[in-house]
Amino acid sequence: MLLKIEKRSEYSKAMVYLTPLIALALTVLTSILLFELLGVNPIEALYQFFVAPLDTEYEFSELFVKATPLILCAIGLSVGFRANVWNIGAEGQLTMGAIVGSSLFIYFPDTDSIFMLPAMIILGAIGGAAWGAIPAFLKTRFNANEILTSLMLVYVAILVLSVLVHGPWRDPAGFNFPESQTFSESADMPILISGTRMHFGTLLALLAVFGAWIMMARTLVGFQVKVIGEAPRAGGYAGFSQKKIIWFSLLFGGALAGVAGLSEVSGPIDQVLPSISPGYGFTAIIVAFLGRLHPAGIFFASLLMALTYLGGETAQINLGLPVAVTGVFQGMVLFFLLACDVLVHYRFRLNIVRKATS
Amino acid sequence: MKNDDGITLQLELRGITKAYPGCLANDHIDLKIMPGEIHALLGENGAGKSTLVKIIYGVLEADEGEIFWAGSPVKIPNPHTARKTGIGMVFQHFSLFEAMTVTENIALGMAGRQNMAELAREIVDVSNNYGLPLEPHRQVHTLSVGEKQRIEIVRCLLQNPKLLIMDEPTSVLTPQEAEKMFETLRRLSDEGVSILYISHKLDEIKALCHKATILRGGKYISECDPTQETAKSLAEMMIGTNLHAPEHSEQTAKGPVRLKVNNLNVEADIEFGINLSTINFEVRSGEVFGIAGVAGNGQIELLAALSGETRSKNSGSIALDGKEIGHFGPNQRRNLGLAFVPEDRLGHGSVPEMMLTENAFLSGYSRMTLMNNGFINKGNTETYAADIVKRFDVRTPGVNHTANSLSGGNLQKFIVGREVLQKPNVIIVAHPTWGVDAGAASFIHQTLINLAENGAAVLVISQDLDELFAISNRIAVISEGRLSVGRELSEITIEEIGLLMGGAHGMGENVETTHVT
Repeated sequence: MLLKIEKRSEYSKAMVYLTPLIALALTVLTSILLFELLGVNPIEALYQFFVAPLDTEYEFSELFVKATPLILCAIGLSVGFRANVWNIGAEGQLTMGAIVGSSLFIYFPDTDSIFMLPAMIILGAIGGAAWGAIPAFLKTRFNANEILTSLMLVYVAILVLSVLVHGPWRDPAGFNFPESQTFSESADMPILISGTRMHFGTLLALLAVFGAWIMMARTLVGFQVKVIGEAPRAGGYAGFSQKKIIWFSLLFGGALAGVAGLSEVSGPIDQVLPSISPGYGFTAIIVAFLGRLHPAGIFFASLLMALTYLGGETAQINLGLPVAVTGVFQGMVLFFLLACDVLVHYRFRLNIVRKATS
Repeated sequence: MKNDDGITLQLELRGITKAYPGCLANDHIDLKIMPGEIHALLGENGAGKSTLVKIIYGVLEADEGEIFWAGSPVKIPNPHTARKTGIGMVFQHFSLFEAMTVTENIALGMAGRQNMAELAREIVDVSNNYGLPLEPHRQVHTLSVGEKQRIEIVRCLLQNPKLLIMDEPTSVLTPQEAEKMFETLRRLSDEGVSILYISHKLDEIKALCHKATILRGGKYISECDPTQETAKSLAEMMIGTNLHAPEHSEQTAKGPVRLKVNNLNVEADIEFGINLSTINFEVRSGEVFGIAGVAGNGQIELLAALSGETRSKNSGSIALDGKEIGHFGPNQRRNLGLAFVPEDRLGHGSVPEMMLTENAFLSGYSRMTLMNNGFINKGNTETYAADIVKRFDVRTPGVNHTANSLSGGNLQKFIVGREVLQKPNVIIVAHPTWGVDAGAASFIHQTLINLAENGAAVLVISQDLDELFAISNRIAVISEGRLSVGRELSEITIEEIGLLMGGAHGMGENVETTHVT
C-alpha cells in the first residue's frame, strides 16, 4: 500500500460540526462542474435548484410537506445509529406503516368518526414497528446483520404493497388502475394552512423532534442508547441490556417510519398507490448523518434534503435536466460528508514500500 | 551532548514541551541517558511520563524542545523512524494476535516482506542469546503472559536497538518471571544497550536502575541515583509530600459473612476464555480479601460472575448478606449494596467520550436516586459528580469534561469514589492501583481499608502482590480458573503465592474439597 491511513491521536471537536457545511460546499462545487458538463449554465442551474423552489408561499410550504417524512424517518434512524444499530430499512418500515395504517380505511371506508385518523396513525406505527421487529429478532436471536436483513425487507414490503394495490385493494370504480379509492375526510390528515398541502403530519414530525431530543438528553432509555453505542461493556457493567436496546431502536425507528408512511398516504397522496415514497427512507439515512444524529440537526438537514427534491423537479421542468440529478446531489452530500468525517479522524500518509533485506 | 566524563550520551532531551488543551503535559523536560545505562523514569500518574515516552518513540510530536541522538540533533516524526534510529519500545499492553504464531506476530510488526523460516531461526537465536526462551511456531493464545511479553521484547531486539523503552513491564509478571526479565535487561545493559524503564514499583527501580529521572506535574524535578535512595525518599520526590503507608487499626473485629461464593462454575463464552471451576470463598464484614494471580487466569470471568454481567444459572452460587443473588443482573445486585470497580477504566468502568456527570450517573442512577419521575435529575447528578471530584481529589477542570480527558490515576480515583460514595456493603475492586501513582495509590488503599473498618466487605483482585500484602487480611490465588484457599496474611509468604500463581495447584485443590460446606 502506497497510502497509509492512520488514526489521529487528537482530532478537532469543532470540525465535527463544521463537516456538514464543508460537505455542502464541496457538493455545490462539484455540481457546478457537473452542470457545466451537462451543458447548463451552472449559476442558472443552482438558482433553479435552491432558490426558485422557494419563490412562493405555496412552494415554501411544499418544503415542509417533503421534509415531514424525512424528519420522522431520520429521527427514528438516528436513535438506532447512536446505539450502533444500523437500520437502513426505513423505506420498508415506511411502506408497511402505510399499508397497515390505511387498511383501516380500506376495510371500513364508510366509517365517519373522529377516531378514524388517530387509529390509522397508531396502526401505521404498529405496522412500521412490526417490520422493524423482524431484523431485531434476527439480530438478537441469530446475530444476523441488521444492515442486510432490514435492507432486504424493504423490497419485500414494496412487493406486498404492489400485490395489494394491483389486487384486493384496487378501487372498484377506478377503471382498473392500480390505485385504492381516495381517502374520505375522516381518514385524511387535516391541512394546517389552507391553500397548501402542509398537513398534520408536520406537527407529528416536530413532536418527534422534541420528543427524541428530550428522550436522548433526559431519560434513562436515551442514556442507555448512548452508552450501549459508545461503550457496550460499560453498558453491561451498568446493567443495561444490549438486546433490549437493539429491540428498542428497531421498534422505535420502525414506528416513526410507519407514521411517516401513513402520513404520506393520508396526507399529500390521499390514496394508496404502488409507489408512495421517492426513497424518503433511504434519504433519511443521509439526513440523519448530515444532522449529526442530533434532533435539531436532523430538522435542518431534512429541510435541505427536501429542497433537493423540489429543486430536482424545478430543474427538470425549467432546464430539462434529468430527475436523477436529485439522487446524484444527495449521493454527493453523503459521500463528501463521510469523506470529511474520515479526514477528521484519520490522516493519510505516504508509505514507501521497502523490500526486506536480510 | 557529552557527560562529565566525556562519554557521548545515547539520548538527550532538552526542554521538551507538549501542551494539551487545558494542560501542560510536559514543561521543558530534560533527560540524559548514557550508553548501557538503565534509566528509570519516575512520576505520578499525570506527571507526563507517557507523553514524554510517546514523544521519544515518535507517537506524539513535541511543541518545543530538541532531541539529540548519539550527539546529533534528530527529528522523530513517527514510530517507524524511531525504530530505524535504533529505539525500541515494549508497551504495557501487548499488541499480539492470539490466533497467530509467534513468528507471524513478529513478522507483522516489521516493515516489508519476511522470509518466515529465516525469521524463525533469528527469533530462536536472539531469544536463546538473551535468556528469553520462545518457540517460534507456538500460537500466541497458548502462551503465558510472561511469554507474550518476551515476544514483544524479542520483536524489539531483532531490530538491534540502542535504546529500549519499557512501560511498566513487570505489572503482568510473577515475581519469578520478573527476576528473569531483570537478568535479560542487565545483560542488554552490559552490551551497551540503554534502557528507559518506567515503573511505579520503587523496589524494582532500586534493584535494577543506575539512574532515575523524576517528573512531577509535567516538570523535571531531579535526577538521582536510585541505589542511594530509599523507596520512601523516591516516592516523596515523586509526589512532593510525605507518604503514609496504609494503616489497619489492629485487630478489626470481623463481622458476619457478607459475600459468599459457593461452588461457582462458569463456562467461558468467548474463545480463549477461562472456565471457572468450583470457586469457593467468603468475605466477612470488616475484612479485605485479596485474590492474587497472573492476568488471564480467570479474573475477568470471576469479576463478570460477581458483578452480574454473566449471570449464573444456579442462584445459590453467590450470596450477598445471606440472600441468593447468582441469577440477578448488575443493577439488582447494586441495589442490594454491591459495588464494583472493573479492571478497564476506559470503556468498562466509564464511557470514554461521556462527561464525568454522565459517568457518575452510569453506575449511580439507581442507588443514588438520580432519577426523578422517569427523567434524569441533572442537578443531583451534577452534585454527586462534583462530590466525587471533591472528596476523592480528582484533578479535572470540571465535571463537564469527558472521562478520557483524565489521566489514568485520576479516572481511577473518580471510579473508586463513585462506587465508595454509594455506601456499598460489599465492594469488589479489580486492580485498584494499576498504573496509578504512589500518592493516589496510597489514598485508594486507605479508602478501601476505611470502608472495611466501617463494616463493608472488600474484595480486591490484583496482580500487584505488594499491594495485596499492604491492604489484605486474607489472600487467595487464582490460577487457570481455580481458586486456592484463602489464608491469613501471617500464614503465607510472597514465595508461596508466587508458586501458586505459577500454577502449583496442589494447595488449591486440597482446600477446595475441605472448604465445601
